[in-house]
Amino acid sequence: MRSIVLLAVCFLFTTLISAQTSVTLQLPEGFGAKQVAADWGRVRHIAVNQNGDLYMKLDRLKQGYGIVRLRDKDRDGLYDDTLLFGDYTGTGIALGNGFLYASSNKAVFRYALDKDMDLVDPTKPERIVHGLIDKGQHGSKSITLDNQGYVYVNIGAPSNVCQVKDRMLGSPGMMPCPLLDSAGGIWRFRTDKTDQSYREGMRYATGLRNVVGLDWNPFVNDLFVTVHGRDMLHQHYPEIYDAKLGAEMPAETFYRIPKGADGGWPYVYWDHLQKKKILSPEYGGDGKKQGAPGAIEPLMGFPGHLAPNALLFYRGDRFPKKYREGAFVAFHGSWNRSPEVQEGFYVVFIPLKDGKPVGDWEVFADGFTGKGKVANPRDAMHRPCGLAMGPDGSIYVSDDAKGMVWKIDYKGK
Amino acid sequence: MTSLHIAVLTGFFLLSSSVSSQGLNSATAKRGRILYEKHCASCHQLDGNGVPRLIPPLTGTDFVSGDKSRLIRILLEGLNERIVVQEEEYYSPMASFKHLTDQQIADVLSYIRASFGPKASVVKAPEVGAQRKKFQ
Repeated sequence: MRSIVLLAVCFLFTTLISAQTSVTLQLPEGFGAKQVAADWGRVRHIAVNQNGDLYMKLDRLKQGYGIVRLRDKDRDGLYDDTLLFGDYTGTGIALGNGFLYASSNKAVFRYALDKDMDLVDPTKPERIVHGLIDKGQHGSKSITLDNQGYVYVNIGAPSNVCQVKDRMLGSPGMMPCPLLDSAGGIWRFRTDKTDQSYREGMRYATGLRNVVGLDWNPFVNDLFVTVHGRDMLHQHYPEIYDAKLGAEMPAETFYRIPKGADGGWPYVYWDHLQKKKILSPEYGGDGKKQGAPGAIEPLMGFPGHLAPNALLFYRGDRFPKKYREGAFVAFHGSWNRSPEVQEGFYVVFIPLKDGKPVGDWEVFADGFTGKGKVANPRDAMHRPCGLAMGPDGSIYVSDDAKGMVWKIDYKGK
Repeated sequence: MTSLHIAVLTGFFLLSSSVSSQGLNSATAKRGRILYEKHCASCHQLDGNGVPRLIPPLTGTDFVSGDKSRLIRILLEGLNERIVVQEEEYYSPMASFKHLTDQQIADVLSYIRASFGPKASVVKAPEVGAQRKKFQ
């Protein structure tokens, strides 16, 4: 009896704690959010299967495991079954063709699912890709799948702007940038071959500093990505970029990526105010000179440093018509806009038709930080990091500060 | 607010300001703060708390309050290895700041060691010079 009381007290206590750490999200009219998972730590990308199973990739092991599956066995809308597996940390996770794919910062694994959408053996994944560069900086390997048997893997550049000495004042940019041979782009691999590495894969796109958000657009059958732009413009070149411009510049970018595309990093950055590819000052730029004529232009630029960590095309029909074919982007929030306040920490929506923007971006879900202004990202209670769509057309947002997941649904008419 | 509250608060303020200026004169503190805001705060943040997953805090760590020569060497040579601070792993590279003078490095380190705690002694320019000579 005493233990029951103790349990009840514990339960009450945890309920109080989780109530304290939850926030109220601001959403457009007719939408509602429900917290469906809590306190999983660094939940990076997420995926939801056709039966509603939620998969979360963790960047810090929980009880020794790096992947969590939550299942609603009794179909009451609450997860009541937890499965932990995978002994590696990482960011990427994706579902397709009867498999679950997940990445560490060096490799990509896949797990077979049976007809009941159960894992055949969570302890024995196939390692389909290995030996990818991981030097810490920009080490996370985001992944997405097309419908032709390929997996696309981001390999971020272990560098800010390919200087001889990374992030050092006055150090020049290397010409050509040697990092691009093995990083700073998207690599493509077969989903059905084991132990592929650089030799077996293909550098699908280059000149992309660090893609964290990527998704296959099923409406136009092409790869789209969001890129984290470079740092230190103001800190290293205050005579060209004052503090305000350095906070705003360069743009975070949203690209359509045809095979073989070059995004221009490190030689140029996208200036969303001038709408031009501007030569990096490490390569002789002055804030005005343009460069990299062969590089593609983004579809859209966002204010600097907001950190677009996830991209999701809206494939469902549950939300109002304007959302169909459009894209959601989860912004992790900035750390280097000081002395300006930090920005981001929200999910935005970009209206698209046939893979082209048909309007400006707008904030879709806000309020994750739990406070008004954030001076230091450590003060943000939650930081959006992953996005997924459920079988009913609702969307899910993960947070890698406290490990929450919200389900956002449309309830209006 | 009662006058007792004010008195207690004032006392606390006096106490904390006298502690923070221990061993660090106000001119050094001011120069150090300006240098910190210019060269360090964009990554380590104004409050010294760093950035989750990316940039280590300067608060509550032996890297800051411990061995001065190691701290000086990090500023002179930068740091490009995984380190653990407050039980978190960090691996973003830090650039070298050897372009700063011995006095500037001494000032900014003295400011950091006095401000972000646990409080530690000041760094003098000749100590920076000695490390510079030893490793370059």
